[in-house]
Amino acid sequence: MRTYPRPEAGDQPTLLHPAYGSSIKRAPTQPLILIPHTLSELTGPLYGHNPVGETDDLTAQHAGDPIGERIIVAGRVLDEDGRPVPNTLIELWQANSAGRYRHAVDNHPAPLDPNFTGAGRTVTDEQGNYRFITIKPGAYPWRNHPNAWRPAHIHFSLFGPCFISRLVTQMYFPNDPLMPFDPISQSIPNERARQRLISKFDLSLTQPEWALGYRFDFVLRGREATPFEEKR
Amino acid sequence: MSREPEKLCCLPSQTVGPFFHLGLTADSTRGRLCTAEAKGERIRLRFKLLDGDGAPVPDGMIELWQADSSGKYDHPADTGAGERDPGFCGFGRLATDADGTCTFETIRPGRIADGKGSGQAAHINVSVFARGLLGRLCTRVYFEGDPALAEDPILALVPAERRQTLLARRGATAGESTFEIRLQGPRETVFFDV
Repeated sequence: MRTYPRPEAGDQPTLLHPAYGSSIKRAPTQPLILIPHTLSELTGPLYGHNPVGETDDLTAQHAGDPIGERIIVAGRVLDEDGRPVPNTLIELWQANSAGRYRHAVDNHPAPLDPNFTGAGRTVTDEQGNYRFITIKPGAYPWRNHPNAWRPAHIHFSLFGPCFISRLVTQMYFPNDPLMPFDPISQSIPNERARQRLISKFDLSLTQPEWALGYRFDFVLRGREATPFEEKR
Repeated sequence: MSREPEKLCCLPSQTVGPFFHLGLTADSTRGRLCTAEAKGERIRLRFKLLDGDGAPVPDGMIELWQADSSGKYDHPADTGAGERDPGFCGFGRLATDADGTCTFETIRPGRIADGKGSGQAAHINVSVFARGLLGRLCTRVYFEGDPALAEDPILALVPAERRQTLLARRGATAGESTFEIRLQGPRETVFFDV
């Protein structure tokens, strides 16, 4: 039987993280109420079975090639036992190579790229594999604090097998000097948990003369039951 | 020979930020969960998302997951009797507008059986995302006046004085209900650790 153990304290962000200004008026102040997992939590939308209009190549959505460093982002979606999560929807959105989103509220004075939208989706295969082709996003300033810059990142949204496994997160890039100054990633107390959001450069994923490769595995909640679980 | 599976840790969540519309809510049909053929009582369920100052949150996203009118989830883990309603999709997703609101067209779900004869009162499972929310918030919409509320095992875990934050309020027009999500304050909505 599959169970959904609770994450360790410190492995998930602290919801009220005053260094991230927007959390101050939006993070709940009352403690969350722990509930058992009923049929409502153990079911959830399964999108792999429906056509979703997959667009896993973000460099091929317009007449011309987008500006920037072409990259392949690939990996697997796994549960906490390392078992693949097949047929699950992955959605992503990101800034262009200049650090600008194609979005009405982004007023960063960096150019939009007519050949880049910055959104895509795909479904994992039977082994839980996925692969996107995109452009490495640029860092960009935001007004959280004086001289605040977001490290380059790609937003990802996944469903997994049930309501509990839902995940929205951000993938970062190795050796980004902005990471220690970023209150959004620093809201995760445990350094080791933070490191899990950093993709790895992978020479074997690159395509010679064409694109660099970054590997990123998603681990969603859920693993096989052991006799010691669910004591809470 | 079986190999001991590798133990991994689930990834940390991060905020959806202010630009999620680009990737997540371009498809506005996710506000309608029922087709014309769907069985059950139709409802227009309006959400209003408010911050700690009581101000509307104009850059939030609400997701719904619910059973059909017979209480059946469209998922293999629901092994209970009965056929699911093919005219109904249990998933909905909308961004909030400038007023912090969004409105779903859905049906009132049935009671959720637990196989032991009792079960849960009719409810809709809700995920809340927004700029400023570093993780997803989970709550439930129950229905004002439902006699089954008194026996619901999840509501029983909520302090009595906070239970009313989980009730959708009937509007002036038949079939219209509103569910306020207050992220903070004296009437802060109950959020669950799932």
